[in-house]
Amino acid sequence: MGMRDLPQRFQDWFDSKGWSIHPHQQVMLDRAGEPALLLIAPTGGGKTLAGFLPSLVELEDGAHEGLHTLYVSPLKALAADIKRNLGTPIADMDLPIRVEDRTGDTSYTQKRRQRADPPHILLTTPESLALLVSYEDAPRMFKGVQRIIVDEIHALAESKRGDQLMLALSRVQAMAPGLRRVGLSATVEDPAAIAHQLARHPDPCPIVMADPGPDPDISMLVTEETPPWSGGGAKYSIPAVLDLVRQHSTTLIFHNTRAQAEIYFHNLWLANEDSLPIGIHHGSLSRDQRSKVEAAMVRGDLRAIVCTGSLDLGIDWGDVDLVVQIGAPKNVKRLIQRIGRANHRYNAPSKAVLVPANRFEVVECVAALEAGREHDLDGDPKGPGPRDVLCQHILIAACAGPFEATELFRQIKTVGAYSELSRAAFDDCLEFCATGGYALRAYDKWQRLKEVDGTYRLRDPRSAAQIRMNIGTIYDVETLKVRFRRAAQSLGEVEEAFAASLTPGDTFLMGGQIVRYEGLNQMTVEVSRNKGREPKVATFYGTKFATSTQLSQRILRMFQQERWPELPPHTAQWLQLQRDVSKLPDAGRILVESFPHDGRANLAIYGFAGLNAHRTLGLILTQRMEAAGLNPLGFVVTDYALLIWGLTPVADAAPLFDPANIRDGLETWLQGNAVMKRTFRQAAIIAGLIDRNTRGGRKTGRQATFSSDILYDTLAKYDPDHLMLRITREEAMRGLVDFGRVEEMLQRTAGRVDQVNLDRVTPLAAPLFLEPGRIPVFGEARERLLQEKTEELMQEAGLTDL
Amino acid sequence: MEQIMNDHHFTFNAAALVARADGTLWWPDEGLLCVSDLHLGKSERIARRGGNLLPPYETQDTLWRLKAAIAAVQPERVICLGDSFDDITAAQSVPEEARRSLMHLQAGREWIWIEGNHDPGPVDIGGTHRVEVTVGPLTFRHITDGKTIGEVSGHYHPKASVRGAGFARACFLMDRRKLILPAFGAYTGGLSVGHTALRSLFAADGLAILTGKRALPVPLSACLRR
Repeated sequence: MGMRDLPQRFQDWFDSKGWSIHPHQQVMLDRAGEPALLLIAPTGGGKTLAGFLPSLVELEDGAHEGLHTLYVSPLKALAADIKRNLGTPIADMDLPIRVEDRTGDTSYTQKRRQRADPPHILLTTPESLALLVSYEDAPRMFKGVQRIIVDEIHALAESKRGDQLMLALSRVQAMAPGLRRVGLSATVEDPAAIAHQLARHPDPCPIVMADPGPDPDISMLVTEETPPWSGGGAKYSIPAVLDLVRQHSTTLIFHNTRAQAEIYFHNLWLANEDSLPIGIHHGSLSRDQRSKVEAAMVRGDLRAIVCTGSLDLGIDWGDVDLVVQIGAPKNVKRLIQRIGRANHRYNAPSKAVLVPANRFEVVECVAALEAGREHDLDGDPKGPGPRDVLCQHILIAACAGPFEATELFRQIKTVGAYSELSRAAFDDCLEFCATGGYALRAYDKWQRLKEVDGTYRLRDPRSAAQIRMNIGTIYDVETLKVRFRRAAQSLGEVEEAFAASLTPGDTFLMGGQIVRYEGLNQMTVEVSRNKGREPKVATFYGTKFATSTQLSQRILRMFQQERWPELPPHTAQWLQLQRDVSKLPDAGRILVESFPHDGRANLAIYGFAGLNAHRTLGLILTQRMEAAGLNPLGFVVTDYALLIWGLTPVADAAPLFDPANIRDGLETWLQGNAVMKRTFRQAAIIAGLIDRNTRGGRKTGRQATFSSDILYDTLAKYDPDHLMLRITREEAMRGLVDFGRVEEMLQRTAGRVDQVNLDRVTPLAAPLFLEPGRIPVFGEARERLLQEKTEELMQEAGLTDL
Repeated sequence: MEQIMNDHHFTFNAAALVARADGTLWWPDEGLLCVSDLHLGKSERIARRGGNLLPPYETQDTLWRLKAAIAAVQPERVICLGDSFDDITAAQSVPEEARRSLMHLQAGREWIWIEGNHDPGPVDIGGTHRVEVTVGPLTFRHITDGKTIGEVSGHYHPKASVRGAGFARACFLMDRRKLILPAFGAYTGGLSVGHTALRSLFAADGLAILTGKRALPVPLSACLRR
């Protein structure tokens, strides 16, 4: 295909800006006719314009009627941002193009009008698109659509939102056979996997690689003060980070969890003697507060923002010249993409500083730097398309009108993630949507579809409203709003479980200020101002990422080095000491240390399988120990190890790791566990078994948990082969349960267990004792302790018999 | 033998009683087993009133545990201490399967239904219906009247925990005058012994008997501290 010249007014516009078209923008224009095309470009490379340019050119003559281009992004804010950015060239060139966005925030009347009279370019999110295809009049709206642009497709591709989007796209494609697909992605480890998801199967999806630009300049912060043994606060780094903020014009300070961001922000302010303007931005803050910070940022009023992943995606933040990452990045790809945010000047390297929060994270940061230099990005191959999302898709299809099963199946097979789906597996999902499955067939509530003359339709057309209300695959942790007493404005949100743990008088951090918990009013957490300097409750929960498999492997390889010249002396000495008194973990073996401490028998297991897999392993191992009479009392996990304590020393831990027994633990014992129930609940909400939203208002987390737990127990007991339980077992391979990584560890170590028995704590195990989040084991040991305790209390009270 | 080790034997108003780990009260000398707050039919009631639909299996679950409790001690007499049915409609519409199970359990023994606040009227299932019943030194009724000495009642679904030793367990509560049983039904919530409604009922030297794997007595004052 030859070079396609820019139309004159576009050329003039580029000239007037003093710009020339980037090579990859030209390629996207030249190949605009491809049925699917994926662009991989770094941030700042004019990626969005590369995506839109062909649409603007095609719409230039004003001949196209109705919708021409659909633009889908993972963030509402991004859609609004793009609308502003597109406005400039359209106004400058006076193009006859109408651009509108449509998200959860769009007004009802605006949405209605858009369906009757769609704009040329519609900016939306995967959930809003899924909702659009659920309407009976969808074919009319999508009839003439030419292009769909999926922005930040790398972020969508990792989650079920991407699967939902591609399923919705298969519906749109059926209504508009000429639809061409364009994906815009940041640098990823496996572009072909994303192209596979974007393509309309069996059509191919070529990949366009833009010049990646110079490598980022990443270093690790080295301070006078040594990092502490454990914890994620990195408080020690405050003076050094303030210095960095002073030396740069705008700094983004990223944290892995919201709680850590809050605490760090608070400490920054206490130390901020120059009163540098520093803001905070994270997903728990109210939208109002977030937009205030965003506006101040765009105006250039802020010198730094303390933030979390909520600031991660492609919004244009202007002149950021430094990214600080507090805590180990856990995942090299995310780190690189995050750093890409910093610098929007295409040809200058972005600058970033990593701040390890504790001694172990020093090792992890050094490993991440090494991986970054070698362009060794991490990622887990994505399995086949999840069936809970498929169930939701079937229900959405039924909302739009009667469908033929064979035709719907044919459409679904064009979606990359579902291209291997068997008819039997599809029929399974269809049967579930129609009847609820064997154990639930007696309930009207789940009898949703009926078959009439070979087509499926909703049994009760009114149920469409209920289905539409529950569209989406984002699993929100249930949250409660926080506000001052008698104030209307909300400060932000906390997780329901955190709110439940508070008693009046507790103080915690919210939006950078210390507030005092007063009580729960309806569904709102009421607080008052508090003048104290230290919050009593140091944390509220937040998402915690597990260190990626690739990064864990790299750390294990580092441990095998003779010496560690790349590590700061304090950390190198710590590792040497561990080698002297015990052993350093090895990728091919499981290191287990057994030692007494604080009156308990301890077992430190270095699994290097990540936080979630270690928790699962902890649940299974302690159950096995319970059965073997080893009296475990509790355990705690980190990304690299788990520590179990109990009443009885473990003489030989090797039999505990027998793969067959561990797998059996997942199948039997773990079934009754809360993490499995949460996994079930997430899948059940997506598949439409449980409503997240009802017409009477949103269900609270506890209500939903109550009924989903009972449903889970019921199905487990009476219909263990129910589709939802099979999906739950599949989901347990990743996410919260992450059994896939337990399997990975078992394979990597193949039963080679090295047990070291010692008389005291080892250097590598010591930080584990300081970790928060201890998980109790309710077994015989605890019964024994309870019995001892009650007997003691009875004696103390002088009560023997009444 | 395990069974005996897990029980708590005590004397209450001159009656030698056994608080069993499963939450039932056994009086060997009278061959009498007492259970409280079965709440059969709870899920049907919630569904009827338009709430979340709970699967109906909880009735079956409660009956299975009741069967096990009866099989363990082979009582001559069973007293159900009220709120046996979640409401009158539930009592009148007990599913056929559950009705048969109940009839099996009743066969060959005396069965007394005490009326509760959820099931005030007589029900059309075997057994006698009484507001309260007195056996020797003990009086059995659903809600304590606060005065009677030697009274055995239910209603409150008490739960207690001991600081530093695990989660809250359903428990018996007692002092020299009265004894309150834990709820036996599945999906029945609980009232913490720290709650004023319960706290005010008992003397300072009261006792909680935690249930679960073992029946464990503990001073009420040790539970109230949190």
